[in-house]
Amino acid sequence: MDVALTETELETIWLTLRLATTVTLILLGVGTPLAWWLARTRSRWKGLIGALVALPLVLPPSVLGFYLLLAMGPQGPLGILTQALGMGTLPFTFWGLVVASVFYSLPFMVQPLQTAFESIGERPLEVAATLRASHLDAFFTVAVPLAMPGFLSATMLTFAHTVGEFGVILMIGGNIPGETRVVSVQIYDHVEALEYLQAHRLAGVMLVFSFLVLLALYAWRPPPPKGG
Amino acid sequence: MPGGPPHPKGDDLQNIVARFKTVWPGFSLDVDVELPGSGVTALFGPSGSGKTTLLRCLAGLERVASGFLNFKGQIWQSENTWLPTYRRPLGYVFQEASLFPHLTVLGNLQYGLRRTKQANGFILQQSIELLGIGHLLERKPDSLSGGERQRVGIARALAVNPQILLMDEPLAALDLKRKQEILPYLERLRDELDIPILYVSHAPDEVARLADHIVLMENGRLVAQGPLVDVMARLDLPIRLGEDAGVVLDATVAEHDPAWQLMRLQFSGGSLWARRLDLPIGRRVRVRVLARDVSLATRPYPDISIQNQLAGVVDAITDDEHPGLALVRVKVGDSSLIARLTKRAAASLHIEPGITVWAQVKSVALI
Repeated sequence: MDVALTETELETIWLTLRLATTVTLILLGVGTPLAWWLARTRSRWKGLIGALVALPLVLPPSVLGFYLLLAMGPQGPLGILTQALGMGTLPFTFWGLVVASVFYSLPFMVQPLQTAFESIGERPLEVAATLRASHLDAFFTVAVPLAMPGFLSATMLTFAHTVGEFGVILMIGGNIPGETRVVSVQIYDHVEALEYLQAHRLAGVMLVFSFLVLLALYAWRPPPPKGG
Repeated sequence: MPGGPPHPKGDDLQNIVARFKTVWPGFSLDVDVELPGSGVTALFGPSGSGKTTLLRCLAGLERVASGFLNFKGQIWQSENTWLPTYRRPLGYVFQEASLFPHLTVLGNLQYGLRRTKQANGFILQQSIELLGIGHLLERKPDSLSGGERQRVGIARALAVNPQILLMDEPLAALDLKRKQEILPYLERLRDELDIPILYVSHAPDEVARLADHIVLMENGRLVAQGPLVDVMARLDLPIRLGEDAGVVLDATVAEHDPAWQLMRLQFSGGSLWARRLDLPIGRRVRVRVLARDVSLATRPYPDISIQNQLAGVVDAITDDEHPGLALVRVKVGDSSLIARLTKRAAASLHIEPGITVWAQVKSVALI
């Protein structure tokens, strides 16, 4: 059995990693303030926003993909916006996948961060304030270091979840080699074409990758720091 | 007017004027108080009396809509002013030391120092020495004992060179042994710092030992305030030292009697003999005299075992908790003693305000 990966498969894996990295970085930027707000607000909107963030956890990917496809299409609000900006429409492009994945992976970033921020509590931030730290200063020098285990889980989960995405990608991106064809879609193609050997190779790569991520998450998670 | 006087009075440059009024579900705070700008002021009261809330309002950790705070001429809060906590020149010690677990002891001490404009390494060094934590600097907080953590917490608050130190029951989370370990450091703070200290406590022994001034709170309201020695001597206030009523006297060690192992403690109004301790002449001490250890006579008795007999004038009598007992306050010079008598004894000796009596003090305890 030839276990070496072909040029096409390597391209697919590279695209998949690029997508997952881009989405994870964007979600670190978007998800962190959202998680911070959810962890600390007393607003009556908290429940609503929290439910919206969690929606991709329970929604079938095809449903989410369908609505995103409409929104990004020429008549959809996102589509009108991107066309006005001279970017054309997003479906069947790499950035279309990125936008869709950001929505789909949002809870995997926000929920671990929210839990981590909530477990810090009010006290360390009050201490920081009595030591002359402004809110932003205290966030970066106290909240972020104390929530570091949460950041690690959130990053790994988001990355792994984006790598493993299938349904939303198929709805938004189709199957364009080098542009939108990711590993999970290519495995589907191989199976459809009864190319079990090729499917085995890529599926094996995914299996090992996912296992290693989870192993890292469960085995190396640092013990929660004891409060002083 | 609720916004306070437009021009601070002379006292406002020395003192802390605070007015806070707010209602939460199940709790309300309504205080209007002028706190001294020097010495140790104890905010004293049972749990739920609002003393911690008042402290948090002073620090800006709690924001009540209707509040006014003038710290020695600086307006920290008024109708149209709000200075956030991080811009108030204060140090705050929390009940649990609340050290940052991701930083070493030194990192904790430097956290505030780095953010303080008028900070300098000298103050950090002083704080480290004052609290005796020089050997702990490289350690992480979770490897420290509770007492060590609290000492680091106090040093961290001092390292920002604050103009006032706020302490929220710094000993309450510690066991008796740790308390005894920290109390001497708190006494050093009191004696060596020239900034005011506000000290929240519900423990009468701590207050009697540390405070110069006391603010008594109950149900979110101020019950009484004044110099500790005066407030303790008030018969209408239920402050108990341990289980009993009594007074606190500020005294100095005046004389040692090595032959009989006694020392004479001079206070304003007289002196008392107590068991000798190895203290230098002139050392300031604080003693407490419980009401149950004081009896009264209408003339001096040479032939009894009680060595401490002080002449004084009865100035107030009140009922004690038991209907058969009375508390009698006797002025001895500028100081006061409280004696507990049966009402029958008080009646048969014709004890009433204005008469001269000899207070016989059976026991004096240094605190």
